[in-house]
Amino acid sequence: MAARTRYAPDRGLTARMTATMFLLGLVFVGFVAAIIGIGAATHASDAVIVLFAVVLAGGFAIGSLFYSDKIALRTAGAVEVSPQQAPELHGIVDRVCALADMSKPRIAIARSPLPNAFATGRNADKAVLCVTTGLMDRLTPAELEGVIAHEMSHVAHKDVQVMTIASFLAIVAALLIRFSFYGELFGGGGRGRGGNNNGGALPIFLIIMGVSIVVYAVSFLLIRMLSRYRELAADRSGALLTGQPSELKSALIKVSQGINRIPTRDLRAAEPLNAFFFAPAAHLTGGKSLSSIFSTHPSLERRLAELDKVQQQLNQGR
Amino acid sequence: MGFLDTLLGRTKPVPPKLDDLFALPSAAITLEAGTGFKPTGSGSVCFRPVEGRSFADVQKEVQELLDMSAGDEGGLPVEVTKDSYNFTWLVSSHMSDQLDALVTDLHAVNSSLVDAGFGPQLLCTLVAFRDDSERRLALVYLYKRGTFYPFAPQDGERRDNALELQVKGVIGDDLKWEPDLARWFPVWGAPGL
Repeated sequence: MAARTRYAPDRGLTARMTATMFLLGLVFVGFVAAIIGIGAATHASDAVIVLFAVVLAGGFAIGSLFYSDKIALRTAGAVEVSPQQAPELHGIVDRVCALADMSKPRIAIARSPLPNAFATGRNADKAVLCVTTGLMDRLTPAELEGVIAHEMSHVAHKDVQVMTIASFLAIVAALLIRFSFYGELFGGGGRGRGGNNNGGALPIFLIIMGVSIVVYAVSFLLIRMLSRYRELAADRSGALLTGQPSELKSALIKVSQGINRIPTRDLRAAEPLNAFFFAPAAHLTGGKSLSSIFSTHPSLERRLAELDKVQQQLNQGR
Repeated sequence: MGFLDTLLGRTKPVPPKLDDLFALPSAAITLEAGTGFKPTGSGSVCFRPVEGRSFADVQKEVQELLDMSAGDEGGLPVEVTKDSYNFTWLVSSHMSDQLDALVTDLHAVNSSLVDAGFGPQLLCTLVAFRDDSERRLALVYLYKRGTFYPFAPQDGERRDNALELQVKGVIGDDLKWEPDLARWFPVWGAPGL
């Protein structure tokens, strides 16, 4: 069937994303097993701390999921706009949504010279799409449509939920590192008085801290990797949706050039939102291989190369 | 979209639903009886062009097909326009009493695109109506939803919501209406309207 081949999913990307999520799951299982092992070897007081960390992290995750739209809009300084205030933008979104059969998100504009866009919200009905004035000034309507289709793909893929869940583990690990640090400072003597015979064994808090640090580091890298794959997936879906991969390519090039020109003060202000941005604001100047491991977004070259594939796929003969 | 597709970031383009389009002629009769709005005989298909030769070839074939059928019936050739959102509109014009032929034409565009594998590019189809006081009305068919909604533009990018709701009430169950009012998006300056 022609229809099926022209819009076929990218198997390589799917496989890599599956592998990343599998590894994240593996780290999670290993982490839980280690914590249970430590708990079994010692006494309940440590398990309580772990439980506390999990509950607190869960609270963070749920909170950030529920308030993601408000937090993001506030941080970006964005204001929601009506169809009367921004008819062009609404027109583009209307059409993209009708093509994709999605419900229309709320639309916001942030006054910023930084050319960027993001979509957030805990589900498709609560989604908010935000573009900066810098983006609208710099891009042609067709390029803007490409960016919007990319962002709507993030909404369709439920990237906010997926990344929040993926980050949950890292939050737990980060909290445990902190807790065990303070536990070591203040809690060590108290346990001795309580009569728990840990004997001469390594302080439990140190072990928990060590495990947590490893888990945090590994999951951090995996989350970044997952985020890059999801960007590529959104590029791909967005380009297939509009049928114009070249417009998205051209937008990407313009946006990344624009970002390099912006002074650093603005960049730092935009930092927390990076994972949901169209293009990341921070531009690491360090070694190229290192920056590509830590980056939330794939390199421009990588994104362009993937879009070339989409272009060929759409243009293949019958 | 399935859970796995969401997890893996795979969106499948939505295939268009085509068959409900043929409900239009009978709905038009009900509409005329109830409100006095008559078909103008023109209608259009709106789709998102894909870059590259493949799609350009398909589009050319569709145009030739429609021109040929128009030639047989003594109608006007199709008109191709691009709107400010970079969507392409194929406008087919018939006599006002040939709504069946118009719908067949519009459907031919759909099936050609679908056959070539470009079905997901279809956005909407629009059939134009007008009443004695020259008020404009369009019935818009959303391919991805398989539903209709009315669109009544007024001067200066305002729409006559009262008229739209009235039309929906008059036609009633003859057409499958789009239940989500947020999806009744305006098509300002649509060709053929």
